[in-house]
Amino acid sequence: MSDTPTARMADDLVSSSVAPQTQEIIHINDLSLYYGAARALVDISLKIRENVVTAFIGPSGCGKSTLLRCLNRMNDLIDNVRIDGSCEIGGHNIYGSEVDVIELRKRVGMVFQKSNPFPKSIYENIAFALRLHGMTKKSDLDATVERSLRQAALWEEVKDRLHSSGLGLSGGQQQRLCIARAVAIQPEILLMDEPASALDPLATAKIEELVLDLKKDYTIVIVTHNMQQAARVSDYTAFFYLGKLVEFNTTRKVFTNPSHKQTEDYVTGRFG
Amino acid sequence: MSFKTPNTARRTEGWMGLKRGHRARPLEWMIEQLIQFVSYSAIIMVFLIFVFVTREALPILLGQMDSAAVRPSLSMDEAMKLPEADLRKYLNMTQSEFAKADAESIKMLVELRIESSATETTDKDAKLNTTQWSHLLGPYQWSGYTQPEYIWQPVGTIHKYNIVPLLVGSLKVSFIALAFALPLALGAAIYVSQLANPRIKEWLKPAIELLAGLPSVVLGFFAMLVMATFLQNVFGYTTRLNAFLAGIALGLAVIPLVFSIAEDALTSVPRSYTQAALALGSSRWQAAYQIVLPAALPGVFAAAVLGFGRALGETMIVLMTSSASIISWNIFDSARPITASIAAELAEAVFGGHHYRILFMLGALLFTVTFLLNLIGDVVVHRLKRRLEGKA
Repeated sequence: MSDTPTARMADDLVSSSVAPQTQEIIHINDLSLYYGAARALVDISLKIRENVVTAFIGPSGCGKSTLLRCLNRMNDLIDNVRIDGSCEIGGHNIYGSEVDVIELRKRVGMVFQKSNPFPKSIYENIAFALRLHGMTKKSDLDATVERSLRQAALWEEVKDRLHSSGLGLSGGQQQRLCIARAVAIQPEILLMDEPASALDPLATAKIEELVLDLKKDYTIVIVTHNMQQAARVSDYTAFFYLGKLVEFNTTRKVFTNPSHKQTEDYVTGRFG
Repeated sequence: MSFKTPNTARRTEGWMGLKRGHRARPLEWMIEQLIQFVSYSAIIMVFLIFVFVTREALPILLGQMDSAAVRPSLSMDEAMKLPEADLRKYLNMTQSEFAKADAESIKMLVELRIESSATETTDKDAKLNTTQWSHLLGPYQWSGYTQPEYIWQPVGTIHKYNIVPLLVGSLKVSFIALAFALPLALGAAIYVSQLANPRIKEWLKPAIELLAGLPSVVLGFFAMLVMATFLQNVFGYTTRLNAFLAGIALGLAVIPLVFSIAEDALTSVPRSYTQAALALGSSRWQAAYQIVLPAALPGVFAAAVLGFGRALGETMIVLMTSSASIISWNIFDSARPITASIAAELAEAVFGGHHYRILFMLGALLFTVTFLLNLIGDVVVHRLKRRLEGKA
């Protein structure tokens, strides 16, 4: 191991010593994204593996959230967005003309930075998406709601008040409700856009635990501002700067022995 | 570098200035008071208007008016035997008038009364006081009619003041207006706020709201001349000016109001709800209909209530597109709303007479109904809001 002080600090942080070599499921090739004339992403090429946690890090405005939103085409909602290059998931270009965006988003779930439960009951928050995708039987719904809440480690806290409003929960609980809602429809990939940035340390710890737990079943891509968080939960880390992918490697490598000066400066807190 | 306080700087000695209160900033204090007064004056004005309208209607509400076309006349002897108070009442004079009149003129008035009774109508209904509540609200078999009926016919020898046809007219026209306007306005609001792309929204929203700027007299004129003919050709009904036409024209006036409020309510639903729904794989329509619309329900409900209030209170359009005051559940029959009656008849009614007072009573009724409607709307909106925010 490296013997610089920063590297040793990072050594203590990184949890998984070996990054799993699972199959690559997302292939991003030379992807560029423009907001009007401004180029927000510059020729990004990246391969993301199945059933691991990949973290996107970088200073604000570096394009990491934008890239995350490319993966379930949430950028389609913004006007004047143009995308070059391709992004393949499971071998299909998701920007192809015959792609059903609804089907894509069903398979690529998303958790947002700010928890955004619907102004409905906890139960209805989860049942909404299930009904959208054709589940109508009450017993199926009940079972799936319970399973998702258990998966999001929220069941014990809310099982007695499933029919009270989701907005009555605490911030951390709301975010876990959003995760439960996302996993209810069993996506294959789960995108998380700074899921813990608005939460206190205890709630953050719970979310992180959850992320580690969920990677058994889902491929997780997480955007975070928090270096320690990236180091704790992810297997692979991509560092972005000014719309460019500077470095992508195993988290261990990025945090202990980065190959770029910029990366080292960022992960050790010298800028950003 | 010197740290001496410059001569221009003023400094309060000790803590003396701490309790100067508003004297420290008299201008700001005065402006604040003025603005406060202006805002309270709105409430005072509304209250005063209500007091005035109700005061004019009070004799009807208290049952003090008498609209009988024929009153029994007394002979000179009988009249002279009456106590002063009763004589005054018999001659229908005020206290000051009675005090000024001498014995001679009183006698002349009594004689005049006897003379005029000779020429009066012999209709059995002429003795009725039609301003009684039973006549205002209940049906009555007037002479010449084969069954008891609700009739508003304020002119003629016998004044028929049944207000039920007017109430039915108002409700009928308003409901037709809402049935026409609500789906269109809400549909447009959902489209503009949730589905339209920004470029279309940019001109569509002002265009719909422009309809609100259309003077109601112009709209009424258009309805009376153009729409009346068109609708008659399409539906083939017999009465040209009817409740249906009035309702549609009124609906055009209600649409921009409902649209504007509902669109604001829908737009103010956080974008994060829509994004969450879309990220879960809903279509834009499903997100708008199942997430945004329920979340905006308080505002949408308020829009509907205000629309109903506007429809009830709107005058010019219904005045120009409605005619006979008849009770009928057929939407293609004529109808005469309260507001049209007041506008058309008040100028011709005798000042202080029973017709005049009944019109004011209708005004007070309209005022009360719209006030209650707004109040109920407000309460429901607050309840819904609390429920959506998870507080109830």
